[in-house]
Amino acid sequence: MINLRDKGAEIWEGWNKPTRTAFAAVAIFLAFLIPFTGKFTLTSFLNTPLVSFQAILVYPVGMYVLMALGLNIVVGKSGLLDLGYVAFFAIGAYTAAILGTKTSLNIWEILPIGMGFAMLAGVLLGLPTLRLRGDYLAIVTMGFGEIVRIAVLNTPSDGGPNGIPGVPNPPSVLGQSFDLLNPAHFFWIVLVMILLVIWMIRRLSVRRPGRAWEAIRQDEDVALLMGVPILRYKIWSFSIGAAVGGAAGVIFASQQMFVAPQTFTFNVSVLILSCVVFGGMGNIWGVILGATILAYIPERIRQIANARQLLFGLALIIMMNLRPEGLLPRKKREHLSAEERANLKATRAALKASKKLNSGKASK
Amino acid sequence: MNFSVVQSQFFPLLINGLALGFIYVLISVGYTMVYGVLRLINFANSEIFMLGTFATVIVTRNVFHFTINSPTSHGVKLVFVLLCCLLASMAVSSIAAVLVEIIAYRRLRAKGANRLGSLISAIGTSIVLSESVRLMTQSLPVSDPRVLAKFNLITIHGVGLRVDQFLVIVFGAACFVAVDRFVTKTRIGKAIRAVSMSEENSKLMGINLNRVISITFLVGGLVTGAAAFMYETVYETTVFNVGFNMGIAAFTAAVLGGIGNLRGAFYGGIALGLAEEFFSAILGTQWKAITVFTVLVLVLLVRPNGLFGEAVQQSRV
Repeated sequence: MINLRDKGAEIWEGWNKPTRTAFAAVAIFLAFLIPFTGKFTLTSFLNTPLVSFQAILVYPVGMYVLMALGLNIVVGKSGLLDLGYVAFFAIGAYTAAILGTKTSLNIWEILPIGMGFAMLAGVLLGLPTLRLRGDYLAIVTMGFGEIVRIAVLNTPSDGGPNGIPGVPNPPSVLGQSFDLLNPAHFFWIVLVMILLVIWMIRRLSVRRPGRAWEAIRQDEDVALLMGVPILRYKIWSFSIGAAVGGAAGVIFASQQMFVAPQTFTFNVSVLILSCVVFGGMGNIWGVILGATILAYIPERIRQIANARQLLFGLALIIMMNLRPEGLLPRKKREHLSAEERANLKATRAALKASKKLNSGKASK
Repeated sequence: MNFSVVQSQFFPLLINGLALGFIYVLISVGYTMVYGVLRLINFANSEIFMLGTFATVIVTRNVFHFTINSPTSHGVKLVFVLLCCLLASMAVSSIAAVLVEIIAYRRLRAKGANRLGSLISAIGTSIVLSESVRLMTQSLPVSDPRVLAKFNLITIHGVGLRVDQFLVIVFGAACFVAVDRFVTKTRIGKAIRAVSMSEENSKLMGINLNRVISITFLVGGLVTGAAAFMYETVYETTVFNVGFNMGIAAFTAAVLGGIGNLRGAFYGGIALGLAEEFFSAILGTQWKAITVFTVLVLVLLVRPNGLFGEAVQQSRV
């Protein structure tokens, strides 16, 4: 099967710096124009029924992409199965809701606080649990996700099951106001955050933490023997992932202007995890693609509202059976030198030729 | 916080907890057996349980035409009806379990995909099953007509042991012993244990891997179906997402005892059933889930492989 990820990486590595910069600039510019695609006749098929296309772009699409990228650091990069990612989203959202309604802080000031709280929760959860092996970690994180939701549900001071209404919108930036009437502006905030996260992951991947995560993912025991401080880097991975989730939560709360515990169920964690695995674990572009598809398609087919979850489940089964590594799998080889790449190419060509020869013999 | 309730209600809580615990034991056997051979959390097990509860309801309602107002039955007919419900539930659950294995796991295993891939396809199967039932029942809970009259079997100092709870405890224990015997004494059980120790080596020893895995799912499904029947006998209602909470609790029980360890699932299930009843009596039912998970985290901190450990090769599934 063609590995689109490798193909893309090959093309990208073949370019020089100005070409890369130009390509990235054009891609980012086009991404900023996405909210308007619903307005042109040529691309109007993208429009969603019931809820406006621009609102869909913020939640679920943008939020899911952001959270899937955050979870990708934990699941994809360092191989820790986290089934309670929604907890960090909830912590961010409730921080925004409580601080936004009870204090005079605005959302931009709350954003780092929400991320901080989510990180703190990540560290507190990680310290005892990250010593556990994979599947125990999964169940403990799942429990943590439920604990956060139930605790919020049963605490009267944060509205309990009624939630908190009236979360303020962010103050305007560059004359652009943020309110329910301008979902496109929220999309741009989310897009900027997504770009920052992509940049962060790309930088981290090629440095010490990224290499440590890769080592831990491939074999924990070997990583430990090689002197990688496993627990420390696992906690880093956990808390950075948590911070991204917290940031998504803050923006979510201020865009919806309302938070309630029923938003933060276990299903959201499962959905985000599905986005990561569906798109291709460990690969940023795969994750973005997976999250976009899984968030957008159910909204697009809302006419058959009742059966859309059923179709979602079917899609997951079929996709995983056809492409178990996800839509765009992670790169198999990291950091080849030019010489190694040439060797690899030659080997592949030879392999192809020999296959042709063999099949020719067989047919005779 | 209401500790006096523990003193005044100790025995009723104990009996309720045991009955719930035995249901958990049987569901967690489904999780722990599959985990033993595949090293995978079978996410669809909760939906297999859900299908079992619906099979029970359909048999009582549509085959024997019981309604909410009809009188409870007794004598030979009672035994016959209960037996039919049990068999239907076990049959539906085990067939569903085997189909789940074929649809969600087999192809991925043949391709040598990573574990998370199988996890996601199992989640997909679980969504498909629960959503189909949701569409068929219009998201409404379905009540199971009472077949078994719920009288107190014996009463000691004003504390009664209800007949359905008695049935669940006895039958649950019998089921568990049967599975335990099956795994430890029979030839197929030996093959299952061999696969759980090392897939590669058991292949070299001539064990048909696909067959063993199918049988593991089958046995897990049978036991989960029995649990679904028992759940219906005690709680008499079901809904499309009934499996979710039961599944999480049963999986927690399996982890508590040491996942992959059959006897661990037994102790874990009983402990969890008792803990849930007592904690919800003391703190109020809304905090039940939190206390359960807190207990789990504390146990894992002290004993990272569960209470009874999963490395006990002899007792492992």
